[in-house]
Amino acid sequence: MISLHGVAKSFGHNDVLRGVDLEIPKGSSMVIIGGSGTGKSVTLKCVLGLVQPDAGRILVDGQDVTQVKRDAFLARFGMLFQGAALFDSLSVWQNVAFRLLQRSNKLSKTDAKEIAVEKLRRVGLKPDVADRFPAELSGGMQKRVGLARAIAADPEIIFFDEPTTGLDPIMAGVINDLIREIVVELGVTAMTITHDMSSVRAIADHVAMLHHGRIQWTGPISELDHCGDAHVTQFITGSAEGPIEAVR
Amino acid sequence: MILIQNSLGKIGASVLGLLASIGRVTLFTLAALSHVLRAPFYIREFWTALIRIGWLSLPVVGLTALFTGGALALQIYAGGGRFNAEALMPQIVAVGMVRELGPVLVGLMIAARVTSSIAAEIATMKVTEQIDALVTLSTDPMKYLVVPRVLAALLVVPCLVGVGDLIGIAGGWSVATGSLDFNSATYLRNTVTFLEPLDIVSSLVKGCAFGGIAALMGCYFGMNSGRGAQGVGKATETSVVAASVLILAANFVLTGVFFSL
Ligand SMILES: Nc1ncnc2c1ncn2[C@@H]1O[C@H](COP(=O)(O)OP(=O)(O)OP(=O)(O)O)[C@@H](O)[C@H]1O
Ligand SMILES: [Mg+2]
Repeated sequence: MISLHGVAKSFGHNDVLRGVDLEIPKGSSMVIIGGSGTGKSVTLKCVLGLVQPDAGRILVDGQDVTQVKRDAFLARFGMLFQGAALFDSLSVWQNVAFRLLQRSNKLSKTDAKEIAVEKLRRVGLKPDVADRFPAELSGGMQKRVGLARAIAADPEIIFFDEPTTGLDPIMAGVINDLIREIVVELGVTAMTITHDMSSVRAIADHVAMLHHGRIQWTGPISELDHCGDAHVTQFITGSAEGPIEAVR
Repeated sequence: MILIQNSLGKIGASVLGLLASIGRVTLFTLAALSHVLRAPFYIREFWTALIRIGWLSLPVVGLTALFTGGALALQIYAGGGRFNAEALMPQIVAVGMVRELGPVLVGLMIAARVTSSIAAEIATMKVTEQIDALVTLSTDPMKYLVVPRVLAALLVVPCLVGVGDLIGIAGGWSVATGSLDFNSATYLRNTVTFLEPLDIVSSLVKGCAFGGIAALMGCYFGMNSGRGAQGVGKATETSVVAASVLILAANFVLTGVFFSL
């Protein structure tokens, strides 16, 4: 279980998060929606400790994230970055197997590569991609390699930052199914950011909408369509008219 | 009055800024050094850095040293001729190359070639969230990116300086024997007997220091890069300038330490 209490973060005069309260039950899939630039990515980075919040507390399984042993803590996580963030100096399979190749995992190179190729297959990439370099791949392919890297070491908690942006609709469907499968079959706790409403419906157990630095609404996916919140309704119908101003 | 106050304030602020940067660079250096001794050590990264900093710099270093050695020989021959001291040319070329020009020119070439590429690479990694990705994969960027590069530079730049010294002397020798009618054997004997161990030690120690400075500046400004392509450009620029200035300053200090005590 991940819980955020009053998390706030500013960059200079830009107050991005102004007190985010959110709970993600263990083994469930939380999808965060919200306008561009509202701080969704920053929220994930706060949980991982990549960004230090100015105020508030973040607990993972009841433990404050600032007080845990970093290596053991991070070993439980997988993260797909919005821009994939693949290491350009390493080949695709070495990217995917990065954590597996660390000494503490005691895996041989061939075993690690085998796992990497299998994970690549799960995100819809052929084995011959494994020996290429990230710079030789299309944006959507890089995104999927990033996804394969996030799930490679079978983490307990996975964060997906816009897993389907830049993918064709069929591939987006494959990835949605994969995320759903990981949550249901492996009991992973997932936090996904997406702008794609079909993705929301395919992946989410719970939905939270971030607006103006706070959680505007949160609830189970079944209540999303009749939650009665004008912000959420405007967002899911994609209307220019409503309480969320179009120029931000 | 206000004008004076304002300008004094600006000077004060920039001095404070400079002091703060020196403090941050020092802390960064100490942090990097403290990681050298603690596992894990990334051998693969270290080898790549050795090849890229050492082996691939050889052509640049060789050419720089060759031309400088040649030019130095011509200058000293011409200058020495004014008071009939042409015959001392081999000794002066040797001392000039080994004590000063070899280490400084190699250091500046390394700043141009290595500092810039380290800074640009690490800054790009920062801007594209690769550094964040490293952290989430339980890998300390300090250990994975900084330590191998700094260590490789500390080890390999002295070797480059040694090679540069030799090629510089060879440059002088080829000019002297090729167009100035020096006897080859005498030239080499004069060079070898004149150089003292301290000259060579100082040369290599300088190489080590300059290599460390070059790699550290690249890493420091890369890791602290701003956002976007502009951030990468700025980080690269500042790192090369800082490395060059620090190398020249360190050269002054080390020369003082070695030869005036
Ligand atoms: N390291 C940083 N330094 C300064 N400002 C930052 C930094 N990271 C994020 N921001 C700012 O924080 C705000 C939120 O950024 P964030 O990336 O979280 O948006 P987002 O909700 O993920 O948007 P999108 O849907 O477009 O990805 C933006 O205004 C951004 O400029
Ligand atoms: Mg984002």
